Amino acid sequence: MTATPWAEEAAATRAPQVNELALRIATVNGTGSSSANNLLMRAIFRMGIPVSGKNIFPSNIQGLPTWYEIRVSGAGHTARARNPDLLVAMNTQTRERDVAAVRPGGCVLWDSTSPLERAGERGDVTLLGIPIARMCAEEFHNPRERILLQNVVYAGAVTALLGIDPAVTATLIDERYRRRPRLGEANRRAFRIGEEYARQHFPCPLPCHVEPMQATGGSIIVDGNTATALGCIYAGATVAAWYPITPSTSVMDAFTAFARRSRRDPMTGLSTCMIVQAEDELASIGTVIGAGWAGARAFTATSGPGLSLMQALLGLAYYTEIPAVVFDVQRAGPSTGMPTRTQQADLLAAAHASHGDTAHILLFPGDPAECFDFAVRAFDLAEHFQTPVLVLSDTDIGMNDWVVPRLRWDDTYAPDRGRVLGAAEVEAAGEYHRYADADADGVAARTLPGVSPAAAYYTRGSGHNRLAGYTEDPDEYREVVDRLARKHAAAGGWVPEPVIEARPGASVGLVTLGSGGPAVREAVEMLRAQGVAADCMRLRGYPFPEAVFRFLEGHAFCFVVEQNRDAQLRTLLLESGAGSERLGSVLLYGGEPITAGEVSDAVLVQLRRREE
Amino acid sequence: MPSIAKPPIRHPALPVNELGLAERDYEGAMSTLCAGCGHDAVTAAIVRALWEVAVPPHMVVKLSGIGCSAKTTAYFLRGAHGFNGVHGRMAPLATGVGAANSDLLLIGISGDGDSLSIGIGHLVHLIRRNLRMIYVIENNGVYGLTKGQLSASADVGSTSSKGTPGVIQPVDPMLLGLSLGATFLARGFSGDKAQLVPILKAATAHRGLALIDVISPCVSFNDHEGSTKSYRFTREHDVQVTTTDFVEPRPELLTAIGPVGITDLTLHDGTRVRARALPEGYDPGDRDAVGAYLREAHDRGEVATGILYVDPSRPTLHELLRVVPRPLAGLPYADLCPGAAELERFGES
Ligand SMILES: Cc1ncc(C[n+]2csc(CCOP(=O)(O)OP(=O)(O)O)c2C)c(N)n1
Ligand code: SF4
Ligand SMILES: [Mg+2]
Repeated sequence: MTATPWAEEAAATRAPQVNELALRIATVNGTGSSSANNLLMRAIFRMGIPVSGKNIFPSNIQGLPTWYEIRVSGAGHTARARNPDLLVAMNTQTRERDVAAVRPGGCVLWDSTSPLERAGERGDVTLLGIPIARMCAEEFHNPRERILLQNVVYAGAVTALLGIDPAVTATLIDERYRRRPRLGEANRRAFRIGEEYARQHFPCPLPCHVEPMQATGGSIIVDGNTATALGCIYAGATVAAWYPITPSTSVMDAFTAFARRSRRDPMTGLSTCMIVQAEDELASIGTVIGAGWAGARAFTATSGPGLSLMQALLGLAYYTEIPAVVFDVQRAGPSTGMPTRTQQADLLAAAHASHGDTAHILLFPGDPAECFDFAVRAFDLAEHFQTPVLVLSDTDIGMNDWVVPRLRWDDTYAPDRGRVLGAAEVEAAGEYHRYADADADGVAARTLPGVSPAAAYYTRGSGHNRLAGYTEDPDEYREVVDRLARKHAAAGGWVPEPVIEARPGASVGLVTLGSGGPAVREAVEMLRAQGVAADCMRLRGYPFPEAVFRFLEGHAFCFVVEQNRDAQLRTLLLESGAGSERLGSVLLYGGEPITAGEVSDAVLVQLRRREE
Repeated sequence: MPSIAKPPIRHPALPVNELGLAERDYEGAMSTLCAGCGHDAVTAAIVRALWEVAVPPHMVVKLSGIGCSAKTTAYFLRGAHGFNGVHGRMAPLATGVGAANSDLLLIGISGDGDSLSIGIGHLVHLIRRNLRMIYVIENNGVYGLTKGQLSASADVGSTSSKGTPGVIQPVDPMLLGLSLGATFLARGFSGDKAQLVPILKAATAHRGLALIDVISPCVSFNDHEGSTKSYRFTREHDVQVTTTDFVEPRPELLTAIGPVGITDLTLHDGTRVRARALPEGYDPGDRDAVGAYLREAHDRGEVATGILYVDPSRPTLHELLRVVPRPLAGLPYADLCPGAAELERFGES
């Protein structure tokens, strides 16, 4: 690749692009780039511009390729962009591939300390060389700092190139290093070096750049796992059990931190919740089930391999009707798969977790704000229906920073503890049988241990009848499992309704869930530009509410856009009664957050094929 | 010994405990185990022990996994909630119940298959956590419910009912417990109710995990000549390391009993357990010596029984994790939710 000098003409031929751009930063993990990357994302956010930050990282502690991608969109599109406008190419191992992905007309910022090798031929991108390593070596003496501060140098350069307000970045650096002034000074210096170099050598800002907006008022930056943990605190969870697994670990890290602050008994300073780091996922779900049975709001967080281990006990909780909340932050399977990559491939394993006829309630948050809300709803549903509720997010939602509306709480909220009889009620009734008096939704009243001898019953995962007695009688057995099916179906009226965006006359529907939302919504716009009118529906809960089927029936053809190989959501829809003839699939399962371009391309190809 | 279903009407002359309850108030459903099964005798000892210490039945939770032994939680204490879960996972369920409600007395009944094979990982960590619980292993050296396969507690050379000898080293739950810092270890024999009842009563007063290994012969699959878990073998090789008197927390009584030759173990609630050491100098507080003794006794072919080891000083799970001693399940929601104003402050904007 020959280094193209900055070409004024090339820049002039492109219309300036304000607040619609993508920045990709390619680094090596373990070099400390995340705080510099974060700084850029937060600075853009503070300028009032809608932005998202996605970390695409390896399952490794040091030395493998990592990307951080910032999507800036005044129009509010937060999905990952397919082709960056500006690439910061700090990783020579991946440079060729990284450069190849840059949008024609885009720019590549690279460390010109050593000459370019192994970069592909791209005459249509502008190379911006900055001798980052050399300048750091000259300025800083501590070897660790020399490496770390390279990230800050490129952050400074990007700030100048993209027109990010340097006052905002300065404030962010001050905030971050308030307690470590020496480090703060080094950061400021490195930042200035990058910024000044860019200003002196390149026309700043680039045609694609940012300008202040006022679109993020009332919003916050938060990742899904933190929001989930906060939801558990607000829901009143008192028992948490877990076994570490990427990408769910930060749920418990955050819960522990929140609990330390807001779950202290004022008299004793002791905690009002118990967090058990269990020996494995069987133990974590077992602990959750035991605690739920005894009346505490209890949860665990895990990912695919952990969900696999939980199967037997989830079946127990389903059959014996015990509330439990499981957060499955999905990653790419099968097996260990790609632990840090994102997927939606646990849908079937979660919906039918365990052997036998088992069906669970699932919730599909689409962003961190819904992670917070659905955490609370999960406890309500679990206790209302006396059954496990699995909340399925993924690496993209769980671990990436999203800009969402400020989380709100209604102080009049009262938890739905479901049908639980106290001592007085049981004693007044004179007789209590665990599964005998089911209501219209199939839910029978339970009692908690320690209440009254009259409330006692025997929970068994073996065959039982409506009186909770052991049975192998076909009719008695069927009576219970048929009621469980009714109960599950009834939950379809309680899970969150789908989010539907419809326009008159659209005959095509795009159906998605979870982190697929932003890409699908953007794809709808891309399709419209291609003359295809499409509606979209994001599913938020299973069993599917009525509105889901009305949407499917109201469109000549629907595409289910999901992040797994086997069309699991489509399978679940078909199994729930949707017709197969008019339901297609867009399957994007490479493990990276999906882009609108991939969705709209796939839809167009299939529509064309259908016309032929 | 299947017991006969008894009418709930109480004879006025029946002796009652402090709560005014008769022993049969601590019984449960009719057993469906084989006649002569050791497990039924353990059930009877539990009924007696709980009745004598006068635990309110509804303050007890019975837990088990799967196995013949696991079924027995249905056969005592009908006034208590019972949770018969899945094979090998009693310990996690118990951890959850104990976490949610620390006021409850947890009694878990497990088998040697349930605890020493499929569930051994959980047992190990339950011991480490020192959850307050009575954990009984009804140890018969076989998988009773799946018809007599040798279990992980079967001794090398001990034969199965089909005549195949065990060849793999057995797991001794007492040695396992010692190595993990267990705080209460006892071994009993289902055929010796007089010894088992005071052990169980002492366990009710222990504030951490009380692990009790009860040799409980399986008459259908492991009571033959050549088995080291038969009634006959156990009777002939039983060495009572300690005999236990359970002493109610009444100080005047304690002062009346002389200390010579006797180890008095004071449990957290002031209850004293007197373990009379029979082998000269056996000290149930000396972890290393107990370990050495148990290994040697096993090599001699002896079954050492009694309260083998007690350490009442170690903190329980709630203390270790610095959690309020009140039942978490009973905390009012208002005390748990930080409220809208606090959420306003959350997050960068
Ligand atoms: C996951 C699972 N695997 C296997 C079984 C079959 N099973 C039932 S009980 C049992 C062994 C019981 O042995 P033990 O715990 O010693 O109890 P015992 O019947 O001897 O009292 C087995 C293997 C099961 N129920 N669940
Ligand atoms: S098979 Fe053995 S353990 Fe099971 S009930 Fe019969 S005697 Fe007891
Ligand atoms: Mg057994």
